Amino acid sequence: MARLLSIFLLLVFILHVASESTEEVVEQIDGEEFTEELLFRPLPDRKVLSHFHFESRVPPTNSYGHHHRLFPKAIYQLVHKYRIREMELSFTQGRWNYERWGGFDPVSGSNAKPPGVELWAAFDVSPDQVDASWKNLTHTLSGLFCASINFLESSTTYSAPDWSFRPLSSNLRYGSLPREAVCTENLTPWLKLLPCRDKSGLSSLMDRPSIYRGFYHSQRLHLTSGEFDPMASDHGIVLEQMLTVVLQPDALETRGRNLQPNWSMSSLFGKTVDGKCALAKSSNVYVQLEGSLVHNMKDEGDEGLESNSNFEFSVSPDRIMKEINSFHREHSSILYGFSIKDHHNSKPFDLGFKWKLPVTWSCVKAPLRVSRFLMGSGNERGAIALSLQSTEWSQSLPKVDHNEEKCRLKVDVFQVVPWYIKVYYHTAKVYVDGVPQSFGDAIEKLSVSPSEDKVSPGVMEMSLKLPCDMKSASLTLEFDKGFLHIDEYPPDANQGFDIPSAIISYPDFQTRMQYKQDNASIKSPMVSKMQEKRKILSYTEVLLVPLTTPDFSMPYNVITITCTVFALYFGSLMNALRRRVGEEERLLKEKDKKSGKLQLLFSKLSAKLRGKPWDPPSSSSSSSSSSKFISSKVILKIVLIAAIAFGWQYYSG
Amino acid sequence: MEKPSEKSWKKQPWFWSSAVASVILRLVLIVYFPNTLNFSSRPEVSTPLTSLRRLAEGYWLKQSSMSPYAGSMYHGSPLLLSILGPLTIDRGEGKSNHLLCGLAFVIADFITAILIRAIGQLLQVADIKSLKSLGATTHLNVSENFPSGDIAALVYLWNPLTIITCLGYSTSPIENLVTVLSIYGACMRLVPLAAFGWVIASHLSLYPVILVIPLVLLVGSGLDTPPRKLFPYIDDDQIQNKKSLNRIIFSWRRVFLFFLWASIWAFYVLILCGISLKDYSSLGEMFKRTYGFILSVEDLSPNIGVLWYFFAEVFDFFRNFFLMVFHINILFMVLPLAIRLHHRPCFLAFVYIAISSILKSYPSVGDSALYLGLLGLFVNALADMQFSFFLFSGYLGTLLLSPVMHNLWIWRGTGNANFYYATAMAYACFQIILVVESVSSMLNHDRALKKVSFCVNKFE
Repeated sequence: MARLLSIFLLLVFILHVASESTEEVVEQIDGEEFTEELLFRPLPDRKVLSHFHFESRVPPTNSYGHHHRLFPKAIYQLVHKYRIREMELSFTQGRWNYERWGGFDPVSGSNAKPPGVELWAAFDVSPDQVDASWKNLTHTLSGLFCASINFLESSTTYSAPDWSFRPLSSNLRYGSLPREAVCTENLTPWLKLLPCRDKSGLSSLMDRPSIYRGFYHSQRLHLTSGEFDPMASDHGIVLEQMLTVVLQPDALETRGRNLQPNWSMSSLFGKTVDGKCALAKSSNVYVQLEGSLVHNMKDEGDEGLESNSNFEFSVSPDRIMKEINSFHREHSSILYGFSIKDHHNSKPFDLGFKWKLPVTWSCVKAPLRVSRFLMGSGNERGAIALSLQSTEWSQSLPKVDHNEEKCRLKVDVFQVVPWYIKVYYHTAKVYVDGVPQSFGDAIEKLSVSPSEDKVSPGVMEMSLKLPCDMKSASLTLEFDKGFLHIDEYPPDANQGFDIPSAIISYPDFQTRMQYKQDNASIKSPMVSKMQEKRKILSYTEVLLVPLTTPDFSMPYNVITITCTVFALYFGSLMNALRRRVGEEERLLKEKDKKSGKLQLLFSKLSAKLRGKPWDPPSSSSSSSSSSKFISSKVILKIVLIAAIAFGWQYYSG
Repeated sequence: MEKPSEKSWKKQPWFWSSAVASVILRLVLIVYFPNTLNFSSRPEVSTPLTSLRRLAEGYWLKQSSMSPYAGSMYHGSPLLLSILGPLTIDRGEGKSNHLLCGLAFVIADFITAILIRAIGQLLQVADIKSLKSLGATTHLNVSENFPSGDIAALVYLWNPLTIITCLGYSTSPIENLVTVLSIYGACMRLVPLAAFGWVIASHLSLYPVILVIPLVLLVGSGLDTPPRKLFPYIDDDQIQNKKSLNRIIFSWRRVFLFFLWASIWAFYVLILCGISLKDYSSLGEMFKRTYGFILSVEDLSPNIGVLWYFFAEVFDFFRNFFLMVFHINILFMVLPLAIRLHHRPCFLAFVYIAISSILKSYPSVGDSALYLGLLGLFVNALADMQFSFFLFSGYLGTLLLSPVMHNLWIWRGTGNANFYYATAMAYACFQIILVVESVSSMLNHDRALKKVSFCVNKFE
């Protein structure tokens, strides 16, 4: 009996193990996963960056099939319909402050976006179909996200960057709408793509008034798919949804003590997290302290990582990760991880951060401080200037290379200019420290596709080669302002037109944050994203160009006045030509008499045809016959006109 | 009787001194005020077709192995690009890079003036000859006649519009030169030269195509004469003369030669264009970007013409209709004028040039400068033109007002487009009045001639 029991127990155990293992197998085959993460980072100017990162993955269709539990069907269909290899859509309000919020680290490098909507997509179709795919995609996205992305359909708004935007960017299209307003109607469809929407999990923090109150708000959607790539057949589709908000914590209690403001989830968002989204594989919150901040904090040591005299967390961190191989000397940043597995309704997760000692620091900036502005006045012409100023970072670069060559800083510029800004590319001038440079000296590579009126925008891709020890460099391009047809002006024409941001990238520098992960089993997509090498990008300001407007109320007046002038020309010249003076009239009459024989013959002939006796030409009869003749002519004319009108109606209708 | 006048236009130091003075004035302005005058950015001077800045952009594009017509900057001829392009390159070192171009335009202006003078002299000789044959010399008092060639050349050289065009670095001086060259060639009955000028001029700016009628008349029947109708009044003793006139009335052989040469030159020009565009673009694109651009009025930037504001405002579905109407307006008057003025082909050429420069899509003051210069050729015939003072003040007023209105609208933003459009309209009206008045006074002149010859024949 005991033996039987033991066998039974064994069986039960085996079954249990088997079932567990099958569950695991199912999970592995299933492979469809969703993770949610949230990163907080205190910023030097008393603000807090919060960065939501949601990632959904689906394995390739040929091994997994078409049915998904978590992955949004809309995105799946989008990828398959338009054969998208990679796509990124961002809705941004406000401008990323590269000076204060950093421009070198992966978070700012990939999350700083130009204001308005930016969309780029790479397709896996033949090059002649890319434009058609792009146009369809813009319309689909426009419907999906309730935004006017469909304005990117017109060939005057998008461009095909060759090399400066992304390396090896074939079949890529890029477009941006700087003036698109971003609001909740764009956020709601974006949230709909999440399995838990904003009902539970980290996304429940997204209280609309508080996230739209921020200084910077960027909502992104990044899509990569290996569906159509035979080399990456196990890649599937990855959908990353990111929301980056820069918020100002309420700093009433700390104002007097010169401390950085304390913050907590509930003070930033007015909400707390009631546990993780049930469908998420992992749900983590991170707090990142930048390298320079860690460096500047006093009495910091290895043991100080967890309990610090500078600050304290309201919840103790589950893991602490320290950056290794930091680019910046001993400044290595620290990432505190909090997992919200065991929080629920009665015990909500509310992370708080409290400063104890005042500390100041500054972010790692991009190699150059870039700004773009307009020069000149008036509405006829102007110039675009791009100013690149060295930062303390680039000044720390070695002045001379190891092979005794002058150190050069490579800067790629990608700029799209709408067609009504008619840029003269031959006027491109580069100044280094105020000294004009010869063309080949400063510009390594330049490819231009000039704008075509009402057809395509002007695209300039330029690779600059600047000496490392320069203080400032600038690039100027002159342009003429175009004049548009009245229908082409937007409703508020006097506000001006936007030139989308230029993209500045530094191909020689790549940024990554390598974290020593204490527990390899906890794989965080966001942290692994930070560990990827990526190019440093920065966006310049959007320029506002006022264009001259015609008088919008004038069409009828202009048409009538111009036509009057034409009539004046035609009428008066014709009158001058056919005016006869008395004598000439007499001469002509004499001539008529001479050549009257022909008329005589003609009238005889017509009389014969009519079967009437021909009466000799007297003035009265000739006039009557001519009047008759005219009347038949008139009838003929009327018939002709009617026939033409009929034909017109027939063919045009 | 004609001796003093002949003398007066044979050796005239005052002509050469003032011509040289005008050239020196240009050179001084180009060398010493290269940037202060800044005429090249005036919409009155440089149009999208003639702007040297756009030409420089086209040349730059071509140098960086792109089609010069890529983008909507350059709309001129590829030949001009090869000739003027190298002159536009920035030499650096802060030197005024357009110096050479300016020099080229000064030379072009000067040659144009010389050609106009030559045309005027030929015309005057022909005029005196035909008057003599009418026997009207005594009555018309030829000794009072001005040396019209000198006057026309000086009017051309000293016309502020010509000077502004020359300083404004627009390519109109070159276009004017070839247009005048074709008329000169036809006057001299140098058929290849006339054909060359006509082909190049129409290649550069399309509108001189309509000059084919006066050129054919010039080549076929010679210079301006009083209307042939007058000659029947001449007495029998002058029949010999009449016969000789009739004999040279129309030589179809020359006309045929003219067209043969024209087709040869056109072929040659097309081949040259094809070679210069070989690697970047095609002739089809060239026609689309030059003639297509002219005919479809794509650029709506303001100029002194009448079309830009119209096409900026007109409803899109009427656009094609009005394009046709406005272009046909030029062609409509070609035939009536040719019928009425066929005995005066030079004057006919002047009227055609004037009409096309009023109604063309992108007119500039350079076109006006040309026809105002040619107007000087007919100073004797048009001596009793009406409204000349009114027209003079009108031209002056609109040309002074136009920069003011442009400034108010574009730079200060206190005016609006209608201000500038109004000056363009006024300018067009004055030009139209000038053309109509000159045509009608030329017809009156013919009438007067007729009367005189009638009287002469009656009383002799």
